[in-house]
Amino acid sequence: MPDTPQISESAVESAVEAALAAIAAAPDTAALKAARSAHAGEASTLAQLNATLRDVPNDQKAALGKLVGQARGRVQQAVAAREGELAVAEEQARLDAETIDVTGIPARRAQGARHPLTTMMEQMSDIFLAMGWEVAEGPELENEWFNFDALNFDPDHPARAMQDTFFIDPVERHLVLRTHTSPVQIRSLLERELPVYVVAPGRVFRTDELDATHTPVFHQMEGIAIDKGLTMAHLRGTLEHIARSMFGEGARIRLRPSYFPFTEPSAELDVWHPTFTGGARWIEWGGCGMVNPNVLRAAGIDPDVYQGFAFGMGIERTLMFRNGVSDMRDMVEGDVRFSQQFGMVV
Amino acid sequence: MRVPLSWLREWVDVPASGDSATDADHVHAALVRVGLEEEGVHGGALTGPIVVGEVLDFVEEPQSNGKTIRWCQVRTGTTADGEPEVRGIVCGARNFMIGDLVVVSLPGAVLPGPFPISARKTYGHVSDGMIASARELGLGDEHDGILRLAELDIAAEPGTDAIALLGLDDVAVEVNVTPDRGYTLSIRGIAREYSHSTGASFRDPAKALEVGEGLGYSVVVDDQAPVRGRRGCDVFVTRVVRGVDATRPTPRWMVSRLQLAGIRSISIAVDITNYVMLELGQPIHAYDLAKLSGGITVRRALPGESLVTLDDQTRALDAEDLLITDESGPIGIAGVMGGASTEVSDSTTDVLIEAANFDPVSIARSARRHKLPSEASKRFARGVDPLVAEPAAQRVADLLVEHAGGTIDELGSAWIEAKRPESIALAEGFVDRLIGVDYSLDEVTDSLGAVGCKLKPEGDGWLVEPPSWRPDLVDAPSLAEEVARIVGYDRIPSELPVAPPGRGLTRSQQVRRGVGRALAAAGLTEVLAYPFVRSADNRLMGGDDVAQVRVANALDAEQGMLRVSLVPGLAAIAHRNLSRGLTDVAVFELGHVFRPEAGRTYGVDAVPFGTARPSDQAVAELEQSIPHQPWSIAALFVGDRRARGIGQSAEESGIADALDAARLIASVAGATLRVESGSHPALHPGRTAALLVGDETVGYAGELLPQVALDRDLPRRVGVLELDLDRLIALGSGEVAATSLATFPAATQDLSLVVPVEVPAGAVRDAVVEGAGDLLEHAELVDDYRGAGLEPGTKSLTLALRFRAPDRTLTAAEATEAKSAGIARAAELFGATLRG
Repeated sequence: MPDTPQISESAVESAVEAALAAIAAAPDTAALKAARSAHAGEASTLAQLNATLRDVPNDQKAALGKLVGQARGRVQQAVAAREGELAVAEEQARLDAETIDVTGIPARRAQGARHPLTTMMEQMSDIFLAMGWEVAEGPELENEWFNFDALNFDPDHPARAMQDTFFIDPVERHLVLRTHTSPVQIRSLLERELPVYVVAPGRVFRTDELDATHTPVFHQMEGIAIDKGLTMAHLRGTLEHIARSMFGEGARIRLRPSYFPFTEPSAELDVWHPTFTGGARWIEWGGCGMVNPNVLRAAGIDPDVYQGFAFGMGIERTLMFRNGVSDMRDMVEGDVRFSQQFGMVV
Repeated sequence: MRVPLSWLREWVDVPASGDSATDADHVHAALVRVGLEEEGVHGGALTGPIVVGEVLDFVEEPQSNGKTIRWCQVRTGTTADGEPEVRGIVCGARNFMIGDLVVVSLPGAVLPGPFPISARKTYGHVSDGMIASARELGLGDEHDGILRLAELDIAAEPGTDAIALLGLDDVAVEVNVTPDRGYTLSIRGIAREYSHSTGASFRDPAKALEVGEGLGYSVVVDDQAPVRGRRGCDVFVTRVVRGVDATRPTPRWMVSRLQLAGIRSISIAVDITNYVMLELGQPIHAYDLAKLSGGITVRRALPGESLVTLDDQTRALDAEDLLITDESGPIGIAGVMGGASTEVSDSTTDVLIEAANFDPVSIARSARRHKLPSEASKRFARGVDPLVAEPAAQRVADLLVEHAGGTIDELGSAWIEAKRPESIALAEGFVDRLIGVDYSLDEVTDSLGAVGCKLKPEGDGWLVEPPSWRPDLVDAPSLAEEVARIVGYDRIPSELPVAPPGRGLTRSQQVRRGVGRALAAAGLTEVLAYPFVRSADNRLMGGDDVAQVRVANALDAEQGMLRVSLVPGLAAIAHRNLSRGLTDVAVFELGHVFRPEAGRTYGVDAVPFGTARPSDQAVAELEQSIPHQPWSIAALFVGDRRARGIGQSAEESGIADALDAARLIASVAGATLRVESGSHPALHPGRTAALLVGDETVGYAGELLPQVALDRDLPRRVGVLELDLDRLIALGSGEVAATSLATFPAATQDLSLVVPVEVPAGAVRDAVVEGAGDLLEHAELVDDYRGAGLEPGTKSLTLALRFRAPDRTLTAAEATEAKSAGIARAAELFGATLRG
């Protein structure tokens, strides 16, 4: 140490000023560390001045001691303040360096999608599940008895020929691709305890060539309820509920007399809603009616005790007028853009 | 069924608004309310001015294109000053003479098409209108030339409105007739239904004429082999009209109505039979009496018999065919088509009219057997009113006399043995209990009365006798439907039934939903392919001897098999996407496949008949009569799994994606998949993984055999997986038993083992896991190194190991001891050595 500084008010002040200047000038944490070591460390002027206190006359000791103590405190404070400033600046510099263009970030994986027909069948099933109904299923390749005979289709009745059936080879063995989901009605009535409240979504088959409005493979949602005291009013109530759930509170339904071998009375179901593709209008949605006593008999149920209703609607058709799908082929060709516009919803 | 409104108005009062489209809408709306669905409107697609014209003069002008046109002067009316209004018109037809009356469409008119008429320059003249043919006016198919009014026996002043004169403004509404309502395949039935809907008064055309006595043309019904126990014929009425002129033109109004109803005009005799069939619903056949030999016998066909039908086809007859015969043999297939030998022709003078009633089943079978779905068979198969035969025969005879001359002969007969419809007991209150409406007693009885039922009080209700034209009314619910529809379905209130508490989705249904959602969330797109495939596709996926199901009447015989695998359908879909420029495709399908057992016969000899529940054994037989149709899940990966982007290179998809998706599916099903090296006829031999749960193989994942991919115009590398979802769900756990988590510190160590290259990495890992025991918590393969520093034919597999004890902090020595045990097991099984 060249020469020991003489402690005095001015010596302390000048050491502090030198220290504050060095701290303020430090451009980064490394420089600040060096400045701290130089001006507040063991070998700093302030430390040396502090050391000389022991040689100071007693009457001045308290005053000079306080002076040096305050000086060292001011330097420490300045260091801490500068440290904080530099940390913020350096973090900011890192953030700047890490900045990327978020609008150009590529997808890590492709977006997947469900087929809207599947989503729609699940959505419709959920509405019935919430009412305590269950979801029933049956085979696509079916015995004719389930598809026709048990449903009161006489083998020679024109209604049977109208179904445009795919037959399984050899035809004498009475196997078909089911032409509707109605055979699940029979299976449910044979398998389940009464009362029965089930819906059966699924694939069905008719010998129609594929075009904008027809497809040989399509989907239906069947429903059947057999209980004591069910009436056509219950049928209407159920259909009204599903229509409002699917299309909105403003949906209305209409029943028109019709004919199906497995229901008597039978009705066509029309639905109306202002948001339909093509505007507010009545659209044919499905068929329904009170289950024909012969169907109950075929399942071993006494029609004098139990009665109920059944209904069925096309899922493709629903998707067409509800969601604006204009061409049946879009639903069956598997172009991924079709499902992807729906994603996980319908 | 097409219903010309002018015809309907003859039998029921239909308001006329002056606008045919409005009237058609009104009639449609009325018919829909009672169950006749709207199909369309025909005719009426023409607007005037269309007038009668007189050809005053013409000049023939040969053209450079080889045609000769006529430049005509046609009088189309009279001017205000009383002078003839004459127009120059170019006409391509040459079937008319000076002085003929024709139909002229003047500029401003629109003919069906729509074909607007304007004055236009053609062949060097300005043609001020067009002389129309019958077809252009919607009056028939004839287009041999223009329509001459003389052909229709019509005389009118030039300038007369031809639309009114020819009834060109008539329209027909078309309704869809459900198969239970055969009687509405007639004007009579439609008029009755219109009256039910609107209350308008109905006049029954069957009761509007006087039916004469038929005294006896010999007819014998001799059905030795009734189909399903039902006699084939129970009504046979004949009439004879002698001295007709079969060449007379059919009246214009009749041609027009037939045309609107969709039936072509053929000759006066045939047109009249068709006209009466449309009006009354009774199919009629007319024979040339001179060509008949002896009396008529109705019987089933004999072995070896055949018949040349009206369409000149020789038809081999079946023992079930019901025939009309005379002493020469068959002269017609009853209710389906007549024979050529007794057909009426231009030279016919004496006509025998047949109006009969045949059993619906017998007729439906014959029509199907001979592929002859005629207007007659369509009606018989749905049931014809047995009591309308006699009036219908009379109506035909009357019309023949009126329009073709001749006189009704006494030779005729009426054999009527139709059974009365069975009466139905209807309890009071039954209708209310089924429909859910409080009907008044009057509403019930009036509705049934309106449709033609006769009610007799009995017990606590009525005995109801349905009318002869309603064979569909067979039980109380069918009567309830009549009440509900006559009163109106809009009377039915809305009430939501309360189902008993449900159990929610089954586990299988939950898993299938979960699988679909998980795969979509993982970036795959769901598709739904048709189940129809080529036989070769099934053999490719299931092996050459795979059992397959064939569709007997496939739309495309090439693709006549039901799929044994979802993969061919996905491959076709992937290709379709590629061809549309979508090169990166990851698709999946969740659907049924059809897996018959080889050598087993499916189906049944006969299905149970009748309305009673079959025996338990019969039901079991029916349930077992169909092949296995498990739920399958498959996915296909083509192109890049990750697209090229800023700071990101593309990554090709392949077997790794297939395995990932398979594990995801298994986890949704609560199963853990074991991956083994496998083989599959359609897959890359070096990139095929067998997927197992326990010891059961549930599917595969891998890449398609490159040639299989290339054959389908797909890129060489295609990732693929398919799992039997039913089995996976059955083997998976529906319920998880949780273990408590150890929280003591883990010890991690890496391990590199050298083994022969052919040893599967998974097997080495499994050996280490087995040897290391419970302390080894997790083992991950992190590297497969081959090359410098290793013996040829060997590879070094690196595993990252994590050890943990449940009850203490492991020491390094304990971890190393466990690792050594693992190494020892791998050494024992595969000769693995620690890499130096």
